[in-house]
Amino acid sequence: MSQSLIKLTAEQVGKDLRLEWRSRDVLNSMLFFALLVVVIFSFAFSPTLEESRRMAGGLVWTAFLFSTVMALNQSWARELRNGVLDAYRVSPAPPEALFFGKCIGNYLLVLLLECLMAPLFMVFYNLTSVGPYWQLAVVFLLGTWALVVNGTFFAAMSIRTRNRELMLPLLLLPISIPAVVAMVTGTTLILTGESSPLTQIKFLGGYCVIFTTACYLLFETVLNAE
Amino acid sequence: MRPSRARPRRLSPRDTEGLRLTTDALPVHVEGVSKIYGRTAAVRNVSLDLMPGKFYVLRGENGAGKSTLLRMIAGLSEPTEGEIQIFGSKPHDAREHMGYMAHAPLLYDEFSGMENLEFFAGLYGIESRAMLTEAMIRVGLKPELTRRVGQYSQGMRQRLSLARAVFHAPQLLLLDEPFSNVDPDSATEIAHLLAAMRNEGKTILLVTHQLGLLSKMADEFLFLSAGALVNREAVPQGGA
Repeated sequence: MSQSLIKLTAEQVGKDLRLEWRSRDVLNSMLFFALLVVVIFSFAFSPTLEESRRMAGGLVWTAFLFSTVMALNQSWARELRNGVLDAYRVSPAPPEALFFGKCIGNYLLVLLLECLMAPLFMVFYNLTSVGPYWQLAVVFLLGTWALVVNGTFFAAMSIRTRNRELMLPLLLLPISIPAVVAMVTGTTLILTGESSPLTQIKFLGGYCVIFTTACYLLFETVLNAE
Repeated sequence: MRPSRARPRRLSPRDTEGLRLTTDALPVHVEGVSKIYGRTAAVRNVSLDLMPGKFYVLRGENGAGKSTLLRMIAGLSEPTEGEIQIFGSKPHDAREHMGYMAHAPLLYDEFSGMENLEFFAGLYGIESRAMLTEAMIRVGLKPELTRRVGQYSQGMRQRLSLARAVFHAPQLLLLDEPFSNVDPDSATEIAHLLAAMRNEGKTILLVTHQLGLLSKMADEFLFLSAGALVNREAVPQGGA
């Protein structure tokens, strides 16, 4: 990455976080949705500790996946309001800075959501992990990036469609299935301590590298598509 | 007295710094450009050369293809057929030297005027706050205004939008309805500001319906009808 690309990406991240701090559009909707999932499933199933460990992986990632979809739609909608995206496109700034800036901004917001929601999950489902917590952290860091990088790309693709709120999950979910399976399996293996999640972690690492590269290479085409 | 009207001003080496262009490259060269959406031709076979230091007004009824043509010149839309060159390069490669103002203000509502300009200046690699302050003062806005753009009046938004389009001192200005939602006094001020920019050697292509303001300031009127360029009408010199 060139110096200017890093600088422009950092400016983009700073701008997105400042806009979010002032409007709180994304964080409020993500938090509200994730909280609903935690509370409703907790009361609906009243699981035992062992059941909690088995189902928590799927539950946690369902909540974060759909919260991420909401965040991504909002983050691009902000660029469409007042046509700001056109101001970016007529500038000499490289499209990659916009892409990585959006990815990192969204990634930080989703990680913040995860940090806020993790204690609530622990309390509502009476969860403790049998496996090491650092492995859980690795799965969450890689899994969240996998969702955000694809989500940012597909949100940019669906941004100009009439039903963009519907289009994003339709495009994102099928391509995210392998990553979601790895995240859920990895999380469950760590929580139950049944076996090592190394295979899932390696898979997520490879998935992140491949899809980050592919999205990076294709983003300019998507941004300038009419 | 405007020497630039008598003879098109050549770009100085400073003007063209960073641009891959030939010394006699025109600010805008449009050749056989068409834009077709499905079965509808928004722009049909338009050929057009714009000279340096001239003020052009693009006219036409609603749906004539004015904004589409402007977007293609700005590089925001690809022509279906034909070629566009800006200072001898593709629009994409000459973006540094273009200022674009659209119907929408192209600003973030949650930021103040200066915060908006600072962000966009970063995209052009400009770190001088003095340039931004000057741009705001030039369009009649106070740089120290801390109010967010979402709370601006329409007229103030238009002024800030113009400041965003000109802060990097572009040689070519593409303006789509810069007077819409602006009170008559502000519109007159903006028109005079644009005329001053033309006198500095910038080329201006402006789409508007408010001709009264510009009848004495523009150098040439271009008429677009059903996507085709049907007429060009030069304003007699010395009219301003």
